[in-house]
This record gives sequence, C-alpha cells and structure tokens, in this order.
Amino acid sequence: MTTSDLRLIACDLTCLRGGRLVFEGLSFEIAAGSALVLTGPNGSGKSSLLRQIAGLLDIPEGNLLLKGGDGERSIAEQSHYVGHLDALKPSMSVIETLRFHVAYLEGERALIDPALEAVALGSLADLPVAYLSAGQKRRLALARLVAVPRPLWLLDEPSVALDKASVERLQSLMNTHLRGGGIIVAATHLDLGLERAQELRLGAGVSA
Amino acid sequence: MSRAFFALLLRDIRLAAGVGGGGGMAVFFFLVVVAIVPLGVGPDRPMLERLAPGMLWVALLLAALLTLDRLFQADNEDGSLDLLSAGPLPLELVAVAKSLAHWLVTGLPLVIAAPVLGLLLSLPPETMPSLILAMLVGTPALSFIGAVGAALTVGIRRGGLLASLLVLPFYIPVLIFGVGAASAASAGFEGEAGRQALLLLGAITLGSLVIGPFGAAAALRANLR
Repeated sequence: MTTSDLRLIACDLTCLRGGRLVFEGLSFEIAAGSALVLTGPNGSGKSSLLRQIAGLLDIPEGNLLLKGGDGERSIAEQSHYVGHLDALKPSMSVIETLRFHVAYLEGERALIDPALEAVALGSLADLPVAYLSAGQKRRLALARLVAVPRPLWLLDEPSVALDKASVERLQSLMNTHLRGGGIIVAATHLDLGLERAQELRLGAGVSA
Repeated sequence: MSRAFFALLLRDIRLAAGVGGGGGMAVFFFLVVVAIVPLGVGPDRPMLERLAPGMLWVALLLAALLTLDRLFQADNEDGSLDLLSAGPLPLELVAVAKSLAHWLVTGLPLVIAAPVLGLLLSLPPETMPSLILAMLVGTPALSFIGAVGAALTVGIRRGGLLASLLVLPFYIPVLIFGVGAASAASAGFEGEAGRQALLLLGAITLGSLVIGPFGAAAALRANLR
C-alpha cells in the first residue's frame, strides 16, 4: 500500500434506526497505521457505524471521507466489511468460496493460498462450508482480508467464535495490516491487543 | 469489472445446480403441472391440442415464479449481499448477473423441456418450432421482470408469495404474446399474426432487460438501508 497519508475522517455523523436516534454529532479521525476500537453497550450503534462506513447504511447527516485514498472508488470498494454474517454458501467448498471472493473483488489469484494458510484452513480447502464449525466459518470470512488487500478493514466483533490460537492469528494479521499503513475500525468487547489503537466509546449513558 | 461479473454468474449457476439450489426443481414442477392437466380436463385430444400452448405457457410462468423468491433473499440472509455491494460491480450489474444466471438455470431448461411436455398435451408437431422460439424469446423477460419483485421482497420473511403477487400482473403481456405467437401457427395463419406477436414478445424482453436491473438495484438499495 502506497497510501501512507491515508486518513478516515468522520464529521458530525448521525445515525437513525427505525426512527430512533442511535448517535449524533460523532466525529473522529483515524490516520494510516492506526486502529479505532469501538466499544459500548448493546444497541449503542457500533455495528451501525461500521455499516455506515461500509456504505450499507444511510448517513442522514454528517460527512465521511477517506482522504488520500483512490478518488475513483467509493469507500466501500476500498474497504473490507466483515459483519456478524459470514457471507458463505454451505454448498461451496472452502477453496471455491475464497476463489469466488478473490475473483469477485478482483484480487490476485496468487494470494489465495497464502490467505488460506493465514487463517489455518489449508488442510480443509476441499471441504464444503456446510461442514465447518462456527469458528472455522468465521476464519474463512476473515481470509478475504488477506486475499484481497484493501486499505480499510471494518470488523464487527471479529473474534466471535474464534479459539485462542485463532484470536492470536487475527491479532497478528491486524497488526501486520496496521504496520503496512492500513486502517482498522473494529467493534469489540474483547481487548484485541492492537498496536496504536484509540478507543471510541459509543452511547455512554444512552442505553442502560 | 467483467471478471467480477462472470465470477458472480458462475457462482450463481453452480449454486443453483447444487443440492437445494432449485435449478432442477422448476423443471420438475413444470412436468407435474403439465402432467396433471389432462387428468383435470379429460383426455379429449382436440381440446388438449387447443389448450396446449396456453397451458404450457401458464405452467412455465408458475415454474419460473417458484424459484424467483430466493434470487436475492438467500444472499441477503447470509450476508452475501453486503459483500456483493462492496465489489467493483454496481448493484445494477449484480442484478443483471443474477437474473441472467436465473434464466440460464431455470428459463432455459424449461424451454428445453417444453417440447417433450408438449407431447403429453398432444401439441401439434407443426406448432412446436414456433412455441419453442416464442419461449426462447419470452423467458428472459420472466427472469428480468421477476428480479424486481424478488428485490422488493428481499427483506420479508416468506416474501415469495408477495413477490409472485407483485410480479404476475407484469407477466401477463409475456403470456398473451407468447401464446399468440405459438397458437397463430397452429391455427393455420402462420404469416403476419404470429410474427407480430413474436416481435412484440421480443420487445417486451428487450425492455425488461433494460428496466429490470435498474428497478431491482433501486429496490435492493432501499432494502439495504
């Protein structure tokens, strides 16, 4: 990644869900190589904020800007959003799934095998997704972070269902991404042990 | 961009062909519906001959509807739609790829099955070519119009029925001109009437190819928000 002057800037963001004001006046700025960890009680808008950044949810008021990115592409096209749903098809095998992700996101085929190794699914490559455990499915969903390099990672509770070894692997992947000048926005209840992370606490006092 | 398009097209075809994908289901439904028609109306051959093009078209419409509701819903439920909207393809082209895949795995097999099922209804052999031609021209419209209905009901549980109600009225022109093109040939006046019906059917298909994806993409965007 050559974009070392990358910045994600949010200015006075507002979020409405079903007529309810989730948050308003939210501003933050993240520089290349650092992470923003979203914390807060359930319903405080962590997932909604991630979906807003990923372009999957309307932003009624406020601005969101990825400075120093590719001006030709939207933020969604420069980011990976890994949400609660793993976006996997039970009848496709592990390797087919990743091949599809790489082809669809127009990444490089050469990175498919390293990505499988990075999430330790190499030995299960030919197994249909239907037979994977919840943690293995999550790892497969995370594999596209490695398989298709994009500067911005939007992770919603990425460590859910992962065992200890997998959480450590995820930590090292995230830290490698940060060292390479990437940006991570992650919602989590767990301390992910990220270098250069700042915390954004949402909805303090809104929902008890 | 074309790489992503073909990746999505191939994935959808593979998924439909696989277990529980519903690719073969429509053809079997088509077979069953056509097979029970003679049981219902009686084995009167001249009557069956007259009914055949219309019955085949109605059964084909219903079979196409059967698989339509899962077109976007499955992707919405497992989060794939989020991934699809993060790719280089605009949602309009996502809708084109998915509608095209739906036609290839549902519409095309139905057209191929139609002549065989026509025999069950004692469809006159001389009507066969014009019926198949009409179905080949008309069925893409079913997938592309249907995609709008499927996209509108993407977030609704058991939205398949609602999608059918929304979409069926828009299938009526396809039905009318499809049957028109086929039965004009069997009624003996091949020339003008059949050709006009076929041309109108082609116009409907071309129109739906253009309008359908935009409608579907707009509905998907409204649903994502």
